[in-house]
Amino acid sequence: MFIAIATIALLALAAGLLLSLASRRLPGESGDLVEQVNELLPQTQCAQCGFPGCRPYAAAIVEDAAAINLCPPGGEATVRRLATLLGREALPLAKTLDPAVAVIDESLCIGCLHCRNVCPVDAIVGAQHFMHTIIESECTGCELCIAPCPVDCISMKPLT
Amino acid sequence: MHRTVPRGLHQHETAHVSAPTYDLGKLHGGLRLPGHKAASTTEPVRDVPLPAQLILPLAQHVGDPAQPVVNTGDYVLKGQLLAEPDGTLGAPVHASSSGTVLAIEPWPVSQRLGEPAPCIILECDGEDRPIEATRRTAHYTELDPEELLSTILSGGIVGLGGAVFPTAQKLMQARTSSIDHLILNGIECEPYISCDDMLMRERATEVLSGAQVLMHALQIDSCFVAVESDKPEALASLAIAMTELDDERLVLKQVPTIYPSGGEDQLVQLICNREVPSTGLPTDVGCLVQNVGTAAAVHDWIIGQEPLISRITTVAGDGIANPMNVRARIGTTIADIVALTGGYAESADHLIIGGPMTGKSISTDRVPLVKATNSILVVLKTSFTGRELPCIRCGDCAAVCPVQLLPQQLHWHARADDEKKLREFSLVDCIECGCCDLVCPSHIPLTASFRVAKGRIQELADEKARAARARARFEARNSRLERDKEKREAELAQQKSSAKRAGPEAIAEIMRRKKRQSEDD
Amino acid sequence: MEFTRRQSPYWSARVAVPTLMLQVLAALVPAAIAHVWFFGPGLIFNLLVASIFALGGEYAVMRLRDRPPELALTDYSALVAAVLLAFALPPLTPWWVTATGALFAIVVAKHLYGGLGFNIFNPAMAGYVVVLVAFPAHLNLWTAPRMGDIDYQTLTVLQTLTFTLTGSLPDALSFDAISRATPLDVMKSGLNGMRTVNEIRSNPLMGDFGGRGWEWIGNFLAIGGFWLLIKKIIRWEIPVAVGVGLLGPASIMYLIDPGSQPSPGFHLFSGATILCAFFIATDPVSGATSPKGRLVFGFGVGLLIYCIRTWGSYADGVAFAVLLMNMAVPAIDLLTRPRVVGHSSKDDAP
Repeated sequence: MFIAIATIALLALAAGLLLSLASRRLPGESGDLVEQVNELLPQTQCAQCGFPGCRPYAAAIVEDAAAINLCPPGGEATVRRLATLLGREALPLAKTLDPAVAVIDESLCIGCLHCRNVCPVDAIVGAQHFMHTIIESECTGCELCIAPCPVDCISMKPLT
Repeated sequence: MHRTVPRGLHQHETAHVSAPTYDLGKLHGGLRLPGHKAASTTEPVRDVPLPAQLILPLAQHVGDPAQPVVNTGDYVLKGQLLAEPDGTLGAPVHASSSGTVLAIEPWPVSQRLGEPAPCIILECDGEDRPIEATRRTAHYTELDPEELLSTILSGGIVGLGGAVFPTAQKLMQARTSSIDHLILNGIECEPYISCDDMLMRERATEVLSGAQVLMHALQIDSCFVAVESDKPEALASLAIAMTELDDERLVLKQVPTIYPSGGEDQLVQLICNREVPSTGLPTDVGCLVQNVGTAAAVHDWIIGQEPLISRITTVAGDGIANPMNVRARIGTTIADIVALTGGYAESADHLIIGGPMTGKSISTDRVPLVKATNSILVVLKTSFTGRELPCIRCGDCAAVCPVQLLPQQLHWHARADDEKKLREFSLVDCIECGCCDLVCPSHIPLTASFRVAKGRIQELADEKARAARARARFEARNSRLERDKEKREAELAQQKSSAKRAGPEAIAEIMRRKKRQSEDD
Repeated sequence: MEFTRRQSPYWSARVAVPTLMLQVLAALVPAAIAHVWFFGPGLIFNLLVASIFALGGEYAVMRLRDRPPELALTDYSALVAAVLLAFALPPLTPWWVTATGALFAIVVAKHLYGGLGFNIFNPAMAGYVVVLVAFPAHLNLWTAPRMGDIDYQTLTVLQTLTFTLTGSLPDALSFDAISRATPLDVMKSGLNGMRTVNEIRSNPLMGDFGGRGWEWIGNFLAIGGFWLLIKKIIRWEIPVAVGVGLLGPASIMYLIDPGSQPSPGFHLFSGATILCAFFIATDPVSGATSPKGRLVFGFGVGLLIYCIRTWGSYADGVAFAVLLMNMAVPAIDLLTRPRVVGHSSKDDAP
């Protein structure tokens, strides 16, 4: 019986050694993991996850410094895909967000540049004391422009 | 190429057509379906009388909706231009009869399954006065192909097989590739539909004459007329007409009655034995396909000088009291047409524009007949049986798929919402023919789930493109801010160093300036 | 007039899974009658026990899975698995052996993998293998086939029922008196004992070419199988491929050395070959799906049956062959994907 135990143990040891050698020598699907995680994020750059952009959040996820369910624009689908990629549990979303774009009420806008400077994807055009407007097709709905506006002229229009 | 009909056949002799089938290409899969065409083909095509109102949608074709050129209150004549094409892809809309424009407003249309879309509503005066045809002095054979094509465009001609692609633009696109063959699609493989059959029986000469016009427009000299073997009368009628026309370029081809051999790509494969590349067009392999109805409409416009204002439509199904084929003006409501044929049967549950395999189910019969309406089919609830079970991996769906897809795998991956795998298994090549649904023992609605999955793939692709754009803008902004920061730092450093160098002198100069200023004050 | 909307196509498929299953059962009826004629009423009790436990097990598992039980029970797939298992087991099987096999087949091999359509392994064969490994002694007791001129002891219906329920024979009889080895057993032990095929064939149990009783059952199974083929319920690829995979090597070896190799006819009619070719390997869920894949699958099954019969220690290798090929099915499906029309080769991913 001891011979049997010893044989199996030796086989297991040999197999383990082989596998670790293989994982070191043979090229696996290395590729930058942060880049792979970043690809799955919606690139809204809204900072709702607590990180200043999608790539910093991706880096934090890879370092295991952040949970994978913090991205509202990505929705449940992104949580699931991240869970599949990283082998972690697919938790429910921490908070949800309906897809929307920002709209400037032109009758109130004073051309102060505050919103333009803060938009992470440069979706607002305007110059000092000129009317500002939001390029709807590029707006990611991150809501970062709403707070800085001194006359409260920006609102979110839901996308149906 | 070879003659398939003996010369010298007199009109009263029935041609025994034995168009050879040994030189046909091979079609994978497909089904032999019960035709259900006998009920609607016993009588000749009946004319639907002019209704009180005609509803003409502005978007009866692929492309941008036409723009109206008339206003409410205008009196128009039959055949008058009511809306002109907008943009690069479109077709005009003509008045199907004379009358007054009552309104230009939304009305339920079949393209939107019963939801409203902008239409021109015409109140007919009953006199049916035609517009004076502009005398065309030249015969079409003397026209330049480009001129001929713009003339075809102005007639409102679109593909009458159901796809309603503007014919002129299709021909224009074909002229940019090298085309060998024109194929006239008289297959009509879908059950119940028989409008093309009746057209070929009653107006074979016009169909072939239209083919000749098309060949001139394309500058080619080969045309195959493809008809299924379940239409012996149509084959005979075409054979007689071909003999009379005595045009070497026209060849009649009989194909076995298999659904869906009438699909464009499948027909090219059958007739010319060439495979149309995925996401490509038949013109990529040197063929152009046109429906026989389109050819007849081309004849009516170019030679008969009447634009596309009417078409033959099959009215059939268990929910119809008297199935038949009718010729109606574009704009007549389905309700009026069904009423003319004798109304609905005792029970009528679903109204379908098109056939039982690929038709569109619509919510109301107030929709008008449009250029795309080849068939009005009313079916009963009882034709749907069985409940859905899990897939038992029998593989019958793959055996009948004309595109040689694996519907079973597509079904698994569609359920898993796995976009990558759906692309890998070529979901985009699915022609939504419905063959896989009919053989599935588990009664899984495969075609519907593929339709949804295709939409999903498009949605995901759009989302990805949006995200990529947002990311590019974000990174561009970051690098711009970086550059600005560096520039400012460099300027500041330069200021500091120049101030350091010229420091004491500059300070002295400032002191002198200040002294002068205070002295001046 | 208003109408409700639906998605195309507007026809239902004319085939349905429950009908398919019932047709498979119908195809087995002639063979069942022949089986009872030759080997006694044991098969009937096997069928009853297997069916009760299979359907009962399915009911219980569906309740545990929080699904409505009639959803699974009305497609009759559990019944087919139970019937095939009953055919594979010897006529004299105690009820707990059959019950174990049926329960394992339905609960573990079918439902724990996800239910109909999701199981990787053929449930009937999985159940049979579990029983074979757990109760090997009980699976060697085949009753002697009815042989008109020779007087063997046979059991009455009541005695068979008693054995099925209690596992014990009437005092006057012993196992040796009523049971005989199967032809495959006889052939294997004979060859191991270095006797020639002809010598082994002289045993009246071996019948004309396939084993007494087994030949008739094989014929009826083949009739049922051809009926299924004609009705297009099964496809020709698997039976033909199993035949080629088994009979090809068998014929070659028989031509080389007829003295120590059983004939292809023997291979064909003994054991569960015909049952496997038409009824077991054709299980759609656990088999390959593409036509080429089915050919590969069937050929693999046939070849493995030959290997196990000739060089393995079991007399008949059908169950193991089928289970081994079930494991290979995902790879077979991957390697036999057809080319999509409009693409140049199957490696051309769009």
